[in-house]
Amino acid sequence: MTVMNSWAALDRFLRTDPADVGCEQAMEILHVYVELVAADQDAARRYLGVAAHLAACGPCGEDFRGLLAAVIED
Amino acid sequence: MDDASAEWVYALSGADAAREAGLARLHDLLVRVAVREVHRRFSGFSGQELEDLAHQAADDAMVAILGKLDTFRGESRFTTWAYRFVVLEVSSKLGRHYWRQHPVEILETENWDRLPDRFGTDPGEHAEQAELVKAVRQAVDETLSEHQRRLFVAVVLNGVPLDALVTCLGTNRNAIYKAIFDARRKIRVFLVANGYLEEKGR
Repeated sequence: MTVMNSWAALDRFLRTDPADVGCEQAMEILHVYVELVAADQDAARRYLGVAAHLAACGPCGEDFRGLLAAVIED
Repeated sequence: MDDASAEWVYALSGADAAREAGLARLHDLLVRVAVREVHRRFSGFSGQELEDLAHQAADDAMVAILGKLDTFRGESRFTTWAYRFVVLEVSSKLGRHYWRQHPVEILETENWDRLPDRFGTDPGEHAEQAELVKAVRQAVDETLSEHQRRLFVAVVLNGVPLDALVTCLGTNRNAIYKAIFDARRKIRVFLVANGYLEEKGR
């Protein structure tokens, strides 16, 4: 990886999205969001703040993937 | 609310044999989801340990689900709503498990040499590594509160999972995320102001 990429990686990590709703709100609506994703219903556009959060928060993103897997396998 | 979800709510809200059957069926589903989720996360659990963790997660999820059953409004299928509880319980239990393998003293150390690895700096680029460490460390020193610094160091330098911090510090995920969110924003403002990063990205 180049030096420029390491600064770019740092920059990506440090950037924050004002739309990010945080863990609490994202987890509160996660079941609805996951069903929209599973049904290919453009969840990210309907819930911009949730999408922003799931992209930035590792643990919540993992929970999202876990719930999506459970719903798909159900 | 869809018919299947309504049946779940009816069964779990009822009495006697129908409720017992509903509870048993839901518990079985939750255990199955928990086992798959622990596997999916490559947590290293297997055999009886995995079964125990999955059952604990299912048990705790059952308590939460029954406690909040009257808040279910049918915005999703009942099972999706219920699975969310068990997935979150798996996260929480794996976070707690972290401290069985790592000393809690890790929270008191600041190993800045690890920072370049975190962002993929070429090990041969010593000057650039030093510049990155110096810049971020200065930003941390000059802009973060003690609380933000402690959390930033734990997560970014020491690689402590956020859910492990939750169990160790007795707080919640949202509070830690918010503190680190604010820390990220402050550090970036500092790095932009001092010419290390550009406002629109480097």
